[in-house]
Amino acid sequence: MEVARVENVTRVFKVGEVETRALRGISLSFESGEFSALVGPSGSGKTTLLQLLGCLDLPTEGRVFINSKEVTHLNRNQRADLRRATLGFVFQFFALIPTLTAYENVEMPLLLIGKGASERRERVTQLLEAVGMADRADHRPDQLSGGQQQRVAVARALAPKPSVILADEPTANLDTANGEQIMETMTRLNKETGVTFIFATHDPRVIRYARRVITLRDGLVAENGSGGGKR
Amino acid sequence: MLQLYRMAYRNLNRNRRRSVLSSLAVSLGLMLLMLMAAIVRGEIQGSIQSSIKLVSGDLQIRAASYVEAKSSLKWEDLVANPDALAAQVETLPQVSAATPRLFATAIVAAGNLSSGVQLIGIDPGSAANAPFAGGMVAGSLLTPGDTEGILIGQPLAQKFGLRVGDTVNLSANTSNGDVAQQTFIVRGIFSTHTPTYDESTLLMPLQKAQAFTQTQNHASTIFVLLKDPDQAQAVAAALRAPGYQVLTWQTMNALTLQTEQLANAYMLVLYLIVLAVTATVVVNTLIMAVFERTREIGILAAIGMTGRRIMVLFLAEASLLAVGGILFGLVLGFLVCLYFEKVGFYVGNLGTTGFLLGDRLYALLTAGDTINLMIAALVITLVASLYPAVLAARLEPVEALRAE
Repeated sequence: MEVARVENVTRVFKVGEVETRALRGISLSFESGEFSALVGPSGSGKTTLLQLLGCLDLPTEGRVFINSKEVTHLNRNQRADLRRATLGFVFQFFALIPTLTAYENVEMPLLLIGKGASERRERVTQLLEAVGMADRADHRPDQLSGGQQQRVAVARALAPKPSVILADEPTANLDTANGEQIMETMTRLNKETGVTFIFATHDPRVIRYARRVITLRDGLVAENGSGGGKR
Repeated sequence: MLQLYRMAYRNLNRNRRRSVLSSLAVSLGLMLLMLMAAIVRGEIQGSIQSSIKLVSGDLQIRAASYVEAKSSLKWEDLVANPDALAAQVETLPQVSAATPRLFATAIVAAGNLSSGVQLIGIDPGSAANAPFAGGMVAGSLLTPGDTEGILIGQPLAQKFGLRVGDTVNLSANTSNGDVAQQTFIVRGIFSTHTPTYDESTLLMPLQKAQAFTQTQNHASTIFVLLKDPDQAQAVAAALRAPGYQVLTWQTMNALTLQTEQLANAYMLVLYLIVLAVTATVVVNTLIMAVFERTREIGILAAIGMTGRRIMVLFLAEASLLAVGGILFGLVLGFLVCLYFEKVGFYVGNLGTTGFLLGDRLYALLTAGDTINLMIAALVITLVASLYPAVLAARLEPVEALRAE
């Protein structure tokens, strides 16, 4: 089943008089349960594509579909509604809310979709266990290591049971051991929950986890093939 | 909502000193406004109380044709048989005191100094003259049969260098248009702590004043004090009779009451200015927070928090700052007002005319003023905070996430 698709999308950024074409007409489709890597050098358009798939941004031209529904014409609030229930994000920087504990960070998306207290407690506990952070539930982000923060971020992305999780260079700020741990956690959760993971990276050690590798170059798809799919 | 407030509270705690200082701005603004409101209220209420005590009373009964500004002494403009009338009025259960008074314009001279004064003939025994009896700074109160004694106010005595026992020359108009002249002895010096009144008032026993101005058995007015001033309208209605005019303290102090309304309008403008300044401090803090937390706002937006909710989060922070500031401001305001209610502050003679002011102003904090100010502080802070809140809500998630 298709969970996300872009059709002929372009994205042009204008800074003053200068136009930058980040994407030059890309068409891609992602199936449920995929574990796919977007790779390519800096400036190839990975992050921009993730932002379009994540309904954080709109294409200059072309169309974006999430769960077969076109999202290109949705307004800000409708896109926020869609993100809340269907999309999860893991960022390169450990994007936790610094004033909230690990537990509260994971709970936040559930609060936003209006889950009841007992359901929230059950889900948060389960997710923190799944990422191996149950014993750090009451710690604030500044009391956690980078790797631990990123695991909490993965738990948060999974909380609302999204269709797709978009991860932008999730290991870029981590050492090798922590990077591998995150990739292994994501791989395992992908298998266990069937949620689609699409992550951008240029780290070869990360790419080998992907079962599909899409190479972008200068805003175009250069290669679209199957990957190693470690484990 | 509770979670939003918890988040808001923790956000404010991140930069506790800044939050406390912003709240303190609200506190100081509120305290200042409470004090200003209390002083203006106290000044006007004090003026009305002084006027009732000294000039207008709660009610006055005058001849129908009497015009206060002219101080006419013609018999037809005066109340005849005033002692009997006053005694009759005093029998009413609502009345605490009723006494005849005679007003004449006069010139007092001592040595080579002279000054225009209002000569008032009083019944020294009446309870209505307590402000004079209680305000004697030298000598003694007059006796009813005294034909050459007068009382003068302290500022006048100081200006003329007069002491008890000294003599002054007094000229006054009489009922037939002549000018009467006589030498009087200063029996006492009084102070009602109302400088403009004390420097222009001279008291004399009613009988002597009548004889001096040839208005025997007549008075300008019956000066009435009530047990409850709110009864003024009702008692006035009961007292109304042909040939008389009965005036209440409200009509006699209309100018002061109007001034109070005018002052309220001015105060409103002042409230808005001061609260706008304090709101600016809160708004500044929130704008700084929006810039500091841009990426965090991006994260919240990415995980699906709508702009409206982000706005509510910032308004929650604003309301916490405002409520904290208001509560502390109330404490400060109460303490400062309490001090000025008890101790007051000395202003001396401000030289106002038509507006009786004591030489000391006392604050008067009312529940109405306090509640209005609290609500105004909260509403203005929240309305001003809409700006940073909207600023946060309008951030594009992509741009916000890119922020450092």
